[in-house]
Amino acid sequence: MTDPMLLAEVSTGEAVAFWVLGPLAAVAAVMVVLARKAVHSALFLAAVMLSLAGLYAAQDAPFLAAAQVIVYTGAVLMLFLFVLMLVGVDSSDSLVETLRGQRVAAVLLGLGFAVLVMGAVYRATSDLTGVGLAEAQPDGNVQALARLLFTKYVFAFEATAALLITASLGAMVLAHKERTSEKMTQRQLAKKRFRESHPHPLPGPGVYAGHHSNATPALLPDGSEAPGSVSPSLERTPPGSDGTVVQS
Amino acid sequence: MTESYYLVLAAFLFTIGGVGVLVRRNAIIVFMCVELMLNACNLTLVTFSRIHGTLDGQVMAFFVMVVAASEVVVGLAILMAIFRTRRSASVDDVNLLKY
Repeated sequence: MTDPMLLAEVSTGEAVAFWVLGPLAAVAAVMVVLARKAVHSALFLAAVMLSLAGLYAAQDAPFLAAAQVIVYTGAVLMLFLFVLMLVGVDSSDSLVETLRGQRVAAVLLGLGFAVLVMGAVYRATSDLTGVGLAEAQPDGNVQALARLLFTKYVFAFEATAALLITASLGAMVLAHKERTSEKMTQRQLAKKRFRESHPHPLPGPGVYAGHHSNATPALLPDGSEAPGSVSPSLERTPPGSDGTVVQS
Repeated sequence: MTESYYLVLAAFLFTIGGVGVLVRRNAIIVFMCVELMLNACNLTLVTFSRIHGTLDGQVMAFFVMVVAASEVVVGLAILMAIFRTRRSASVDDVNLLKY
């Protein structure tokens, strides 16, 4: 049995890891809230989660570090990005305050809460002597976690199985879209095209040396833009912009 | 430094997440801030697991991850359904239950 006072101090390597990853996580977390665009928030959140994975690894939790990278950074963050792309990358925040002074009040509340909780936590735990996990996981972290999961917490583990299947079913039900009109057959589509002005396919978008984006219209021999060469969902892209697409 | 620095960092991340939920109007960013708060709690659980020398905290953090993953799936599906009908992802526009 080692001296508990020795265990209270962490190793130099862990201290270095903490002082690199901790401030990184803190700054990235602040940027999640401050970033104007939702995609930037998502990327900063990825930085927070990767830093936290490093901190887990530094704290004798290699399984959780791997799960953090795979589940959070890999799955949850990508899901966020997918939904951001579906909802429209450009759906930025409105700056209108619906409640007067709510932002200022929230920031003040946050400051007070941070000071209170951080101070209380530090005062309560700064002289704690940590036991360390060396005895709890004699033959490795994953083995010890598996033993706990499949013995003491086996019912909770089974309940999470039910939760996951319910969540995936719920997502399918919520994301399902009822078709309100009959789907047009190929014959009907062809007839519709002949009734309207163009039996030929629509012209493709322009491909030039400077621009090859789908939002660039093709040019006719007289220099005017070919109608129908840009998808209607892209037509609101202002010319000369940085190429961000505004979805209708 | 001792383990309590991790707890202070977790408290800070939790506060930032809470402020973000209160300040931001975009529902997806509000969701991200909730995730941030859950992550801060996970860091607290892992740290206390180490302080106490038992693995129960890590098991709990694992369950928090599972629940957070399913919560994100359902929540984002709800957001997409709302966006499909209201053409907006702002939490201020979803106010039909208010009246």
